[in-house]
Amino acid sequence: MIAYILRRLFQSIVVMLVVGLVSFSLFRYVGDPVATMMGQEASVADRAELRERLGLDDPFFVQFANYLGRAASGNFGISYRLQQPVMELILSRLPATLELAFVSGILAFVVGVSFGVYTALNRSGMLSSSIMTLSLIGVSLPTFLIGILLIWLFAVELRWLPSFGRGETVRLGYWTTGFLTPSGRASLILPAITLGLYQMTLIMRLVRAEMLEVLRSDYIKFARARGLSNRAIHFGHALKNTMVPVVTIAGLQLGSIIAFAIITETVFQWPGVGALFINSVQFVDIPVMAAYLMLIALIFVVINLVVDLLYYAIDPRLRIEQSGARH
Amino acid sequence: MNRFARIWDSDVAWSFRHSPVAMAAAFMALLIVLAAALAPLIAPYDPFNPATLNLMDGFTPPMEPNMISGNVYWLGTDNQGRDIFSTILYGARISIFVGFSAVVFAMVLGIGLGLTAGWRGGWVDSALMRIADIQLSFPSILIALLIFGIARGLIPPSMREDLAIWVLIVSIGLADWVQFARVVRGATLVEKNKEYIQAARVIGVRPVRMVLGHILPNVMGPVLVIATISLALAIIAEATLSFLGVGVPPTQPSLGTLIRIGQGFLFSGEWWILLFPSITLLALALSVNLLGDWLRDALNPKLR
Amino acid sequence: MTEPVLSVRNLIVEFPTRRGVLRAIDDLSFDIAPGEVLGVVGESGAGKSLTGAAIIGLLEPPGRVAGGEIRLAGERIDNLSPERMRTIRGKRIGMIFQDPLTSLNPLYRIGDQLTETILTHEPISARAARDKALRLLEEVGIPAAETRLSAYPHQFSGGMRQRVVIALALAVDPQLVIADEPTTALDVSVQAQIIALLKRICADRGASVMLITHDMGVIAETADRVCVLYAGRLAEIGPVRDVVKRPQHPYASGLMAAIPSLAGDPDEKLAQIPGSMPRLGAIPRGCAFNPRCGYAFDRCRTERPDAYPAGASQAACFLHDAASALPPEVAGRAAEAGIQVARVPAEARP
Repeated sequence: MIAYILRRLFQSIVVMLVVGLVSFSLFRYVGDPVATMMGQEASVADRAELRERLGLDDPFFVQFANYLGRAASGNFGISYRLQQPVMELILSRLPATLELAFVSGILAFVVGVSFGVYTALNRSGMLSSSIMTLSLIGVSLPTFLIGILLIWLFAVELRWLPSFGRGETVRLGYWTTGFLTPSGRASLILPAITLGLYQMTLIMRLVRAEMLEVLRSDYIKFARARGLSNRAIHFGHALKNTMVPVVTIAGLQLGSIIAFAIITETVFQWPGVGALFINSVQFVDIPVMAAYLMLIALIFVVINLVVDLLYYAIDPRLRIEQSGARH
Repeated sequence: MNRFARIWDSDVAWSFRHSPVAMAAAFMALLIVLAAALAPLIAPYDPFNPATLNLMDGFTPPMEPNMISGNVYWLGTDNQGRDIFSTILYGARISIFVGFSAVVFAMVLGIGLGLTAGWRGGWVDSALMRIADIQLSFPSILIALLIFGIARGLIPPSMREDLAIWVLIVSIGLADWVQFARVVRGATLVEKNKEYIQAARVIGVRPVRMVLGHILPNVMGPVLVIATISLALAIIAEATLSFLGVGVPPTQPSLGTLIRIGQGFLFSGEWWILLFPSITLLALALSVNLLGDWLRDALNPKLR
Repeated sequence: MTEPVLSVRNLIVEFPTRRGVLRAIDDLSFDIAPGEVLGVVGESGAGKSLTGAAIIGLLEPPGRVAGGEIRLAGERIDNLSPERMRTIRGKRIGMIFQDPLTSLNPLYRIGDQLTETILTHEPISARAARDKALRLLEEVGIPAAETRLSAYPHQFSGGMRQRVVIALALAVDPQLVIADEPTTALDVSVQAQIIALLKRICADRGASVMLITHDMGVIAETADRVCVLYAGRLAEIGPVRDVVKRPQHPYASGLMAAIPSLAGDPDEKLAQIPGSMPRLGAIPRGCAFNPRCGYAFDRCRTERPDAYPAGASQAACFLHDAASALPPEVAGRAAEAGIQVARVPAEARP
């Protein structure tokens, strides 16, 4: 168990180092930090002095190590575009993205798993076929079109829900939350559906495929031959076995919600890190891009780690391996 | 190729003739692609020629005469008086061009790297597959955005507009090669150990010929499926990037750009500027996706 | 005569496919008496497993019972509602599948799978079900049964897992056990143990067994009667000694000749039947075996034989029908091979 966790941890660190290298190369070699920071009129001596001060003449590995050191302490430099510390910018916008991703993730998982189970158990039903057809349209529909469609329907035509922004937010220490005000909650609905829909269809299709596979397996056939009730077979045996691969893949899918938030945040003018990233790509604001990259990678690595541990908890085959009780 | 022809003759063709969905999707996709390819011949106006533009014709609703000039446009005009029908044809042209080129780029890259990884094995294989794993755990739209951002940073500002489409193609393609590489690598590993390859090695057939002549034809089925599904994804990716405002330059609007423009008029009631490009994009993506879905089932009968 | 535990009459199983309806089991009839072990043999694809699946009501769609009757102790079970059929499965008919490695749910403890089965069919307390599970494990010879109750399937070897599977199939004392190739996936060294266990435990409970296998050695040792299938049809059914020693159907005869014998001459070549069993879509007219049969004559190519009495057995072969106009040369050869032809024409008599 310990060895397993350590191995996973080591892999995670390697991934972070690779991403850190990309992020550093971005920061160091794409665009000229000196030119960007000093403007056109600075003298050659001033430039050299700044290069010296920024450590740009140090050997590559020293620079890389310094970069990682600063990154670990949250110092990603100053945004070229907004002239503010990057970390400050990201932290002020992170709660908006995390709250959106959290609600979308729950929505995608709960609805996706239930629909997936339903369509697997009622393969030829009318409702199942309509859900499957809708899901295919859902996959083909670009996220931004879904967002626009929802805005048109619920904000323009019906006027039920707001079409942009976060509504009123409440400050709790470092965190700003939209959960506590009616307008904050109402503002969350459309973006959360938009963001969650794609993952929902993916999870649904995954659950359906896995469950059909499990339902064909020998142990389900044997469970039927023992006369167990459909309920016990479907929701006891089949569902549990379905969830093993689903948790892994769905977990990773949920991680990518944070990255997909870029699109949703643009459509709904949601003040999160995704919208910040898009603007930084447009204006080639390298420090923000580099920091965002590291942040996303960190979130992915953490989710990966959690999913691995979860997998370990669900599947006894992994758990008992080293107790060596084979007969 | 023999085997491919045989499959084509029997099951795939049969399945196509008996799938109304597949036929409808193929018809729709073909229609849009043809219309886009022939845009200069079909389009009633050249929306990018300032000489033929008349600002007076702006905001003309579909099928209604313009209040001032009396001109009638099938699908109306946008704020600058451009004919929506024509902009859609030209927009689809760019969307399809970018999507198609990106998939071809991804396919060539993926097949090449997959064959190399599978054939060479060892550290080349592990390095390539590690990269693939890491890349695969991030959404491809993020990868494409990132590559796009980096490329913009590397290209001098004066050339950014001109190179934007090519940068876009490379970004989407680089974000999409992994699927191809994985399938090709897997098939290469399987084929490599078969006796006929061992025999061919013994009699000294050159590796390149062996790989291209024997292994590649065996993976064309799955590659075709992935390519079709990737095409839908690439078209959506291009539309998304252009919608986000980081894709094609405003002088060459794709469907995504048109939707971005149209979204601005959502609240003011000029619905047609948004609706028609959206429908076109949806029809295009959906029909290609349905074709891919059908193709996967048709080439893989045991999945049904 | 006592009423049979299982009575299958004119069973037809079909698979509708896009190239037409395939008949996988065609007009199959047989009985199993109380306490009897019936062996069912045939090549793969002959319909052995499908027969088992049809009896227990677990045909994989689109397969379906398209005709005939299946009776369990006189009660018709092929047309029951799924819910009624479910109460029969496990409780009155137990089933054992080929592969013990995949028959058990890997995520559930052995004890839980046992008590779940017991509680589904018997109105007893969880405590009592656990005690019963423990006794069952001891009965099938699992050492340290008490601690093994909380083990997962992957912690058992193949042979031990098949013992657990037998315990599960017999958990609530079914009248009939269908064992579908129960030892094929196991090591040769444990096959005999498992068969002995199955036979003993069923005999203890007076349960009948339908033993599906292609291992004639297992049949000869275990079965009371044997039923030979060919291309979804009955070829021969009869007491095991008769069918093994004096097969009356040319196919059964070929099958028995293909068994290597330890006592025989090691240099002697094994007989083999020319050709192979037809695919389901391409079963020839008349007797399904006629293209491969050394005794086939005109009638075999046009008419389908019923089962006729043949010595102590019944064989679906025109050699045993008195009404056949048997060519003398064929009758002579058949008689030489030990087949008791119905009526040897006068000209062929010595």
